[in-house]
Amino acid sequence: MSEMKIVSGNYAAAYGSKLSRAEVVAAYPITPQTEVVEKIAQLVAEGEMDAEFIKVESEHSAMAASIAASNAGARAFTATSAHGLALMHELLMWASGARLPVVMTNINRAMGPPWSVWADHHDTLAQKGTGQLQFFCENNQEVLDSVIMAYKICEDEEIMLPAMIVEDAFILSHTKEPVEIYDQELVDDFLPSYDPDYKLDVDQPLGFGSLGMPDWYMDFRYKIFEAMEKVPEKVEEVNQEFKEVFGRDPGGLIEEYKTDGVDVLIVTMGSISSTSKDVIDELREEGHNIGLARLRTFRPFPVEKFRELIKGVNVVGVLDRNYTFGHGGDAAREIKDAIYGHHEPIVKDYIVGLGGRDLTPKILKNIMEDAIALQDKGLDKEIEWVDLKVNQKRWRR
Amino acid sequence: MSEEEDVFRIVIDPKDHRDLPRTVITDCPSDLMNKTGSWRTLRPIVDKDKCIKCGICWKFCPDVSIHVKEEGAEVDYDFCKGCGICAKECPVDAIEMKKEEDYV
Repeated sequence: MSEMKIVSGNYAAAYGSKLSRAEVVAAYPITPQTEVVEKIAQLVAEGEMDAEFIKVESEHSAMAASIAASNAGARAFTATSAHGLALMHELLMWASGARLPVVMTNINRAMGPPWSVWADHHDTLAQKGTGQLQFFCENNQEVLDSVIMAYKICEDEEIMLPAMIVEDAFILSHTKEPVEIYDQELVDDFLPSYDPDYKLDVDQPLGFGSLGMPDWYMDFRYKIFEAMEKVPEKVEEVNQEFKEVFGRDPGGLIEEYKTDGVDVLIVTMGSISSTSKDVIDELREEGHNIGLARLRTFRPFPVEKFRELIKGVNVVGVLDRNYTFGHGGDAAREIKDAIYGHHEPIVKDYIVGLGGRDLTPKILKNIMEDAIALQDKGLDKEIEWVDLKVNQKRWRR
Repeated sequence: MSEEEDVFRIVIDPKDHRDLPRTVITDCPSDLMNKTGSWRTLRPIVDKDKCIKCGICWKFCPDVSIHVKEEGAEVDYDFCKGCGICAKECPVDAIEMKKEEDYV
């Protein structure tokens, strides 16, 4: 029987790995992810979860152990956050290059210095080029759902890539919400056991991760490109199947909230989407033709879907809870890249909520009204830093 | 056997990416097929009259390419990369590094 529990985003990730029957979990604790590791350790110790729990000495080792387990044909899970994720960097690429469907949860936390433990997407987005699929969650239920779906997507023989399920520090990781913990049999039917065609086996030894000379390396990279190109369709397919089995729609590539025929489209990622939807409702009641697209799958970037979405839209206001050093926020840049040469609306990048700075409905409404105004006055500036001390009066008024 | 087949023996004679496994997977032991001795520019030559069979060269060789036998130390030229550590460590100077080009 499915059961409703009041759990944190961290526990939702842990229960997601349990329901997915992860066989090996190797992890190292870091704020705000620690509870994920604690909960899994407890579930294993109490015999509720049939997995090998490996205490490792660093995040680099956590991913290395997960890779080895996956190579041996086990379903592997790990979890980390911010600086821990950065330490994993090398192995994130190893997992994708070795085509191993390791699934992990990353609790989005700002990178230091200044030292911070609060919500910010920079840590995850700094790893966007590592071959990890990246799914941004809006609530705790979606964290649990996404872990299960990620295994299904990643273990598909045409995909065979690792994934990161990401959730915002504290806003999700430490906030308790009702989460449906599904019946195990239902999950087992949806997600069969992992059985790769090639694996480490002492009876049939094979060598993994050896040299690729210049005359072949590129062809192996092309194979990852081919797999990545197939992911968007697979995400939608698995999302649809999930919906049919569990009666819940996590949103596929992009969750569309009242986007039909809108003039102004707001793009959000992660937990600010919920508050933003309320503000969208308020603005629509006031007569504005505005909708919201929640970017759920950041890697691979849903290029085709965005091209469809922006048809007929005048202004796209992108809320980037990240500043990836160099130009603006990552989502705005990717969106501009996706729509270049197609219909080209005004795209304005709003840098918001870095290092956990609060995003109130009032601030969000001011941002959306600013985007609406661009329809008449045109783009005033490409990148707007919202709610800095220097302009707080304007955004909090 | 071509060089490519040495590296990807799990698929015989791949023409392009469509024939490859999804990642680099090799038959074991793949290193025995990859004869790294061809990288060598200096060749260790053992003077078996001087060799005291102490095994120090065997212990220090980073490529497990020197073996001490009845008649003295013997280099496995299929895999010795010519680093010269054996010659440096030999307590009786029984190993001399010579130009590879004089031997090929």
